Amino acid sequence: MNALVNWLDSRTGIRSLIHEALYERIPGGSRWRYVWGSTLVFAFFTQVITGIVLWMYYSPSTQTAWESVYYIQHETAGGWLLRGVHHFMAQAMVVLLALHLMQVVIDGAYRAPREVNFWLGLILMQIVLGLSLTGYLLPWDQKGYWATRVATNLLSVVPGVGPSLQSLVVGGAEYGHHTLTRFFALHAGVLPGALIFFLVLHVALFRRHGICYRLPPKFADTSFWPDQVLKDAVACLAVLIVVLVMCLRPAEWFSSGGMPPLGPELGAELSAPADPANQYSAARPEWYFLFLFQFLKFFEGGGEYGELMGAVVVPSLVMLLLFLMPILGRWNLGHRFNIGMLMILLGGVLYLTVDAYYEDHQAAWASAEDYEEIKPLVEELGSDEEKIQAHFDGDAGKIEQYRRQREAYQRYRKSQEYLRSVEKAEQEAQRAIDLASAPAGIPTSGAITLLRNDPKTQGPKLFGTHCASCHSYEEVALDAESLPPAVEDATAPNLHGFASRAWLSGLLSEHFTGPLYFGNTAHAEGEMAGFVVDTLSEWKPADVEKVVMALSAEAQLPTQQQADADDAEQIEAGRALIANEENCAMCHKFGDAGDYNLGVAPDLTGYGSRAWLIGMISNPNHQRFYPDTNDRMPAFGERLSPHAIEMIADWLRGEWYEPSGAERADTDTFEADDEASPAEADAAEDSPAAGDADSEPADSEPADSEPADSEPADSEPTGADAEDSESEDSDASS
Amino acid sequence: MSYESQTPDQTSDRRGFFAAASAIVIGGFLAIVPTAAALAVFLNPLRKRAGEAKFVRVTTLDALPTDGTPREFPVIANRVDAWNRSREPVGAVYLRLPQGADKPDCLSATCPHAGCFVAFDGPSDEFKCPCHNSAFAVDGAIIPPSPSPRPMDSLACKVEGNDVLVKFEDFYTGRSDKVVKQ
Repeated sequence: MNALVNWLDSRTGIRSLIHEALYERIPGGSRWRYVWGSTLVFAFFTQVITGIVLWMYYSPSTQTAWESVYYIQHETAGGWLLRGVHHFMAQAMVVLLALHLMQVVIDGAYRAPREVNFWLGLILMQIVLGLSLTGYLLPWDQKGYWATRVATNLLSVVPGVGPSLQSLVVGGAEYGHHTLTRFFALHAGVLPGALIFFLVLHVALFRRHGICYRLPPKFADTSFWPDQVLKDAVACLAVLIVVLVMCLRPAEWFSSGGMPPLGPELGAELSAPADPANQYSAARPEWYFLFLFQFLKFFEGGGEYGELMGAVVVPSLVMLLLFLMPILGRWNLGHRFNIGMLMILLGGVLYLTVDAYYEDHQAAWASAEDYEEIKPLVEELGSDEEKIQAHFDGDAGKIEQYRRQREAYQRYRKSQEYLRSVEKAEQEAQRAIDLASAPAGIPTSGAITLLRNDPKTQGPKLFGTHCASCHSYEEVALDAESLPPAVEDATAPNLHGFASRAWLSGLLSEHFTGPLYFGNTAHAEGEMAGFVVDTLSEWKPADVEKVVMALSAEAQLPTQQQADADDAEQIEAGRALIANEENCAMCHKFGDAGDYNLGVAPDLTGYGSRAWLIGMISNPNHQRFYPDTNDRMPAFGERLSPHAIEMIADWLRGEWYEPSGAERADTDTFEADDEASPAEADAAEDSPAAGDADSEPADSEPADSEPADSEPADSEPTGADAEDSESEDSDASS
Repeated sequence: MSYESQTPDQTSDRRGFFAAASAIVIGGFLAIVPTAAALAVFLNPLRKRAGEAKFVRVTTLDALPTDGTPREFPVIANRVDAWNRSREPVGAVYLRLPQGADKPDCLSATCPHAGCFVAFDGPSDEFKCPCHNSAFAVDGAIIPPSPSPRPMDSLACKVEGNDVLVKFEDFYTGRSDKVVKQ
């Protein structure tokens, strides 16, 4: 062995190299404050090792980036840990950089003869920040996409070359494949290569000048090995422990009731796939760039010069000041000036970061009661100066107080919106992951198509745009003392749980003429209302229940499969009641019964089934529904694509993919201000097929639609946008 | 001058100069060829110009509220993304039908400040950017103080039959003039 080492040494001089590396003299002995550089080198090599393996799985294109990152996180053994370490170590590097910079400046290690090495360190800092910025986009998720859009848009304000610079970075005018390939080339090639180059120079110059120690040394000199190496190793271990703990996402333990089992739920976050048409109000840069994000808000009213100042001039001047530190340090008070300047800078960064975080999260700590008084006033007066002056009789003090309160309330509301957006983004992310994990897998067109074709995701958006101006969608107990305002104000039935047993039980009761169902429509005065109130109320409750079960079974709701199978006998009895021509079939068609009623009242055959609902939404004026008694509901087949209508129908029926074990019902709620769905734009593209809408809905016969007796309702909701009612026929009354 | 008449120093100077010049020229050439080829491809985005935007159908007229409330719609258009040509959502717009008007106004949902997705806030009847707090009136005008240097970007819009068509374009952000991205 010794002979081999001797041979190697004679050919390479390895002994002297190792000796030089390990036995560098440290004047005054080893110190904890010398560890920061070593921790940064450790962090960088951790990034190289984890990054190379991530590279083996990652695929940079808009159809594969999110998908490959999903695969790493959810399908590979330990992928969540690998990605988590890479993600959180990147954050640790930024913190370590700040600590290293502080140590260098406080120790005066930028002074002669170490000026060049200080500048090299600042270049390394820029490279690390560049690595962070480019890495944030690579998963091609909503979070990275929208944050990077902002960052790259800021490039365009650079005078003269801004637009060209932006185009070169983005790889064209639009974000797409080439944005990813360029960012990836920067992240995995150019920047690490540059980092290694400058790191070699940095370390070489460091060895040339030696450690910058304080005079006079208090302790005896030591060598790098083993004392300082031990301290460095302990510091690196501490960094690694912090990173590993961060991978377990302790901040979420309180809200999620403890730490989830080790697996893909932990590690780095992956939000929903990037979508330029999907509003993402939770867009924020990574926390260490939040100060720059917040800083831009300081230039209100500054126009384009404000943005230029905030995004380019001031950050450039700050960097210039840092670069000038070695020169400023020559002045008598220069060192103190530099330390003061650095502390002010870091203090400013800290303040802006905390301020940005507080601005976004203040609603979580505030109480809505604090704003109860000012809320109606702000809604009434807003920022209308005339109204404000009139309301306060020109009292300057009161007006000023109102303005302050209004501002506080608006900040609170903005924070509320942000927190809601974050929650929604988390739901969308989870949904994307659920769909990607489904047995069908991810199509070659990418995971984004999974979301765009998902009734659970798109249904509420489509409903919000096209149905919600008339219909409500609220979970309400029939015996509730009061109804939500959305239900009270709705001019068409509440569609939550449509065609379910609970929904039909309410329909075939005194609620028929209430706001939950047809109370606010022309049908409140119709024949069916009279039947429900006068006749059905005389029935035995058990018979009504059988009718409800039978009618609901027609819908074949996925949420009721088991119940339908369990109650087959009662359902059969219910069908007989419906098909009895003295009951429901007196007015309604139901299977073979009451054929002559087609066009008189809605066909109950396959009531609430997918095909029935699609037909109803497409054209409520069809013979099967309300050819003469449609209140105001427009034929959406003329407005929306068949695909969009299918998604509304599927969503109302609760028919969507759910991973095994997940709760199905009411996992999604409709919000009135939900944005429009891309599926709706499908409608714009696919020429609306009025003819199709008029055609007989396909597959309308459920398997066991044997007609029977009893009288169900004129049940179909007559929704239309309120504004549409002006242009739609109002055929009134049932 | 014959070779024999030169002194050794003169010879080595001249040979040295020739060798150095040759090395620099050859070395420079060696560096220039791959660098130039790389640069040409790297700068390719600067040579590409986006074609002029066309009108695309976004929705129907009767899908718009008649009380002047803006409504958001995604825009589906033909898109060339490097090697892919597809028809997909490329962005979003707000359409607003002023009371009594027969043609809607169209605003891009992209904030002219830094490119975030502007949200419409019903209770205050204003557009609000969730990023840097820019605020705009329903017609897109800036509500001061806002960091945005210009109002929301209006887009050309027309009605054909019952269809609403929009000429969807993307503009540079952060400047007071409205310049289409190229």
